[in-house]
Formats: sequence, structure tokens, C-alpha cells
Amino acid sequence: MLKIENLTVKIAGKEVIQDVSLTIEKGETMALLGPNGSGKTSLIMAIMGFSDYSIVKGDIYFNGKRITGMDVDERARMGIGIMFQRPPTITGVRVRQMIELIKKEGFEIEKEAGNLKLKEFLSRDINSGFSGGEIKRSELIQLLASSPQLSLFDEPESGVDLENIALVGKVMDRILKKDDGNMGLIITHTGFIFDYVKPDKGCILVGGRLHCVGDPMAILKTVKKRGYEWCITCEGEKLKGKSRT
Amino acid sequence: MVHNMRRRKVKREEPHLGAVKLNIKSYRSKSKDKPYLEDLKKVNADQKRNMLSAGVDPSQRSRAGTYVQMDHSVVHSRSLFPGLEVMSTTEAIKRYEWVDNYIWKVVSAKADEFTKEALLKPHHGYFLRALPGVKATYPLQACLFISDDNIVQNVHNIIIAEEGADLQVITGCATSSDVRRGLHIGISEFYVKKNAKLTFTMIHNWADEVAVRPRTAAVIEEGGKFLSNYICLKPVKTLQMYPKAELVGKNSLAIYNSVLFAHPGSHLDVGSRVILKAENARAEVVARAISAGGDIIARGHLRGEVAGIKAHLECKGLMVTEKGHIHAIPELEGLVEGVDMSHEAAVGKIAKDEIEYLMSRGLTKGEAQAAIVRGFLDTSIMGLPSSLQKEVDNAIASCEKEVF
Repeated sequence: MLKIENLTVKIAGKEVIQDVSLTIEKGETMALLGPNGSGKTSLIMAIMGFSDYSIVKGDIYFNGKRITGMDVDERARMGIGIMFQRPPTITGVRVRQMIELIKKEGFEIEKEAGNLKLKEFLSRDINSGFSGGEIKRSELIQLLASSPQLSLFDEPESGVDLENIALVGKVMDRILKKDDGNMGLIITHTGFIFDYVKPDKGCILVGGRLHCVGDPMAILKTVKKRGYEWCITCEGEKLKGKSRT
Repeated sequence: MVHNMRRRKVKREEPHLGAVKLNIKSYRSKSKDKPYLEDLKKVNADQKRNMLSAGVDPSQRSRAGTYVQMDHSVVHSRSLFPGLEVMSTTEAIKRYEWVDNYIWKVVSAKADEFTKEALLKPHHGYFLRALPGVKATYPLQACLFISDDNIVQNVHNIIIAEEGADLQVITGCATSSDVRRGLHIGISEFYVKKNAKLTFTMIHNWADEVAVRPRTAAVIEEGGKFLSNYICLKPVKTLQMYPKAELVGKNSLAIYNSVLFAHPGSHLDVGSRVILKAENARAEVVARAISAGGDIIARGHLRGEVAGIKAHLECKGLMVTEKGHIHAIPELEGLVEGVDMSHEAAVGKIAKDEIEYLMSRGLTKGEAQAAIVRGFLDTSIMGLPSSLQKEVDNAIASCEKEVF
């Protein structure tokens, strides 16, 4: 279980996440929606423990253990994995080499690289000259190989052509269903990925604050129809007991 | 007054630009003769280990011939491949009158105090030659070894790849484990004839207090290819070299690849220079330099003298500790319209986002840094024989261990 309590995160002295609390139960997948710059990526980077994201208040618990302040690699070894939206290029480190280092027993590199149309990329430097779609597939094969219990997906469909969204979505679904109790947090703008991965709940992050936790499809539908601002207002109204949805 | 003080301060801030001064007389010019070894396997275990780490395999497996010089003595010299000649330069001068046409022709004896020393007190050096059209399957290997402490070793090497030949050479320079101090002066003149190819790989495994002054130049004729790999991963007191390739024939090619690692206390002043003198000549100079506390001056110079040449210079430097110094000095010089030359240089530390990216996959910080350094020092493009690649990988791994 992932439990975030009253989390406030700063980057370079500026608050980007304010007092966020959320829970992802074992076996659950949550969709995180929000406009550009709302703090979605910051939230998952803080969950993963990247050093630029300093936690000034609150705590993160994973499977009952407090992980606030733990190093990135410790969190990874505990079973948290991330699919980056814009990962750095690692010159001289080949995709195959990376997979060999992190793969769980029984992982078949050639077969999975074939499935993900990545065979010719195995001998390339990680992310060097990769297109948007190639980056996503390279990120996914690494996640598949390391088989985390909690997967954080940062905009898995951005930069991916329609043809490949199905491929990305199906592999995400496999990662989430591989073991009982696997969890997911998916950042999405469009919700296209919901055709392949069914989140159990959804929430909206606007201005670093969490709003409107509930049925992901209903939230997405409302956002598409009325926009994020309306959603926030709606939530505010709901709190006063005057729900309009 | 203030102006003068500022001036003096600037001068003090540039101590690395000048060559480290050496007193040649402080090294012994004599060393005991070493016996010739018919069977190279008879070198002692320590020497064998040091030779192997410099790419020279005493078992001669997958080698076309071997030259080994210990201090001032030739201890082994033999070709195992028809059409390849292996002997000392002294022997070659005795055997062939024409060798005079290849000695002190592209390197000037008057260049500096080290070339003068090598002219006045020569201690052999290797002569390697591939006859016209000969294409050797395996590389020749040459080892210049220092086993006596505190001596100066002056060698003069000649390599000739005759017309249409294809020759690979691995040169390993090393010392016995008990050698602390010494001076190695190596004059090397390479001749790549019409449509010939020379792949030259040099590995330096010196000791903490050894000073090294190679003086190297190559001439490449029409359609000739010169590929030079240089690897220096072990400590050395001071190394200063600026090998030069002159592309004198049309469609000729020179590629320099260097991998440098400066340990604390090491001073490496290393560059590669290519003079492009003929139509459609091509050159590429790539250097990867890591400072773990030592000083590196990474030079590069391309000079385009005719239209239609193309050349690229690349220098990447990585600082992996708080101390150290990398000074990249790339130079491009065009003499006529129609030359195409470019360079890129970068000096920095390992990017935090790259380390954390690898850590997010479960690698520890040390493992992540080591993986990035190993990738930075990638020698796979050099096409080394697998046994040598393994030695180089081991040397890189021990560098990583030292730092992370």
C-alpha cells in the first residue's frame, strides 16, 4: 500500500505540492489528472525520492514503512518503479546492459524486446536519439524487467502515435497484473490509455493541491466536458453539501 | 602597481600550460644487459602480468609476431606471419640501407631536448613492416618494458605498411612492479603507403614516478588509412605527447581515439594533430578524459590545407572528484576556402539526473556512477582483440573502484 500524508514538496524553494494526502491500496491503480504545471510529475518524482524534490512537510509510507528521506535506489529495491516522461540520455550505457543489471529471474530479453519492437535498440545507448515512442517502449521494457510492485507512469501516451498506444497500454496492463497486489499511479492528460488499463480510482491535481478523488471515468468525462477549473469549484461546492454532479 | 599584481596572479593560475620540466641527467643512462629469450614464456610472473595488462601476451596466442625490449636490451624479436618483418631499429639499419630514408624524416631530431637525447643515445626500438599487399590476420605486438629503477630508455620505432598492406600493431609500455621512477623517450615514425591500412593501439601502464615523452608522427599516402588508439588508465608522473598525422595523399584517412584517466598526482598533456594536405582527406580525433584528481590537458589540432577535406575533433572531459583539472584545447586551422572542419568539447561532472535515473532502477549510487564512467570510457569502437578488451575492461573497473 502507498500512503501519502499531508505532503508538501518544494523545488528550488518553490512549493509545487501542497498538503496532498492519498492512498493506493494493494492491487489498486489510480489515475492522476491535471493541467500542465499542476505538480503531477513533481508528485511522482517525490514518491520516487529524486533529490531536487525536497519534502518540507508530510510523509510517504510504502507497505507500512516510512520511506520519506530514503534514497532513490532504496525505494526502487523496495519495489517502486517509474516510467519517465523525459528521461536523460545515458551515453555509453546500452539498453541491454541496463536490462541485464535490473532484470528479475526468468525475464526473456529477446522475446520482450521483440514484443516491444525494441530489438535493434538493445545495443543502443539508453535514450540516445530515441523518438518519443521509442523512449516510452524503452522505459516500459526496463519496468517490465524489474517488475516493481508499485509502478509510477508519467504520461505514458504522450509522444506515442495511435498505433503504438495499444502496445504501450497492453504492456502497462501486464506490468500491473503480473503479481497479485501490484499497484499503479498513472498520470494522463487524455485518458487514451484507459482503453487498455482500467484505473480503480482517479483524482485531480491543480495548483499542487489534490481535488475530487473518485470514479476515474466520471472525472475524466467531467474534465473533458467542463474543464479542470469547474471540477475544483464542483468539489468546493460538494464540500459545502451542494454537489452538482 | 595593481595592474602588475594582477598580471602576476594570472601567471600563477596557469601552471598546467607549461610542460613539466624534467632533468634528463637525473636518470641513469646505463642499465644492465638483459638476456635474449628464445621462449618468451620465460619472462618472470611479475613481468608477464604487467605485459598482459599492457596488451602484450607472452604466449603469443592470436599474435602475428612479437618485439620485446627490456630497458636497453632486445629480449625477443620474431615474426610469425609471412610478409611481416619484426626486428629492432638497430638491426633494420644494419640490414637495409634504405631505412635511412625513414629515420628522423617526420619527427625532427632537433625538436626538443628529448629528441636530441634519443638521437645521441639510442636504445634500439622496434622496426615493424608489412610487405606490399600483406594482410595479417592477427596483430603484431611490441612491448617496451622498464625493469630497472631510475633509468632513461630512449627508443626509436619505425612502422611501415607498404602499398596495399593491412597491419595491426599493439604496443604496450609497462614497468616491473618494483620500478618507481624512470624516463621513457619514444620516437615513433609511421609510414602508411598507398591504399595501406595501419591500426595502431598503444597502451601505457607506467608507474607513479615515471615520466614519458613520446614523439610521434605518421605520413599517410593516397587511399591510406591510419587508425590510432591510445589508452592510458594507470598512474604516470608526467606524460606529454602530441602525435601528428600528415595526410599527404588524396582519399587518405586518419582517426585518433584516446582514453585518458588521470589519477591524483598524474599530469597528462596529450593531444592529436592531423594535417590534411590532399584532396578528400578525412580525419577524426576523439578524446575522452577523466580526472580523478590529476591534471589533463587534452589538445587537438586540425589543419586543412586544401579544399575538399573534412575533419572533426571531439574532446569530452569528466571530473569525478572534487580535485583535478581538465583543460581542453581544440584548435581548427583552415588555410583555403572549401575546408570542412568542426569540433566539440565539453568538460563537466557526472550529471545528477543520470545517476538518479540509474538509481531509480535499483542501482546504488556507486554502481550508477561506475556504469556511467564505464560508458564514458567506452573502448568498444577501437576493435581490440577480445583478450586485450578484457584487460582494458579490468583496468577501467579498477579505476572505478578507486573512485567510487
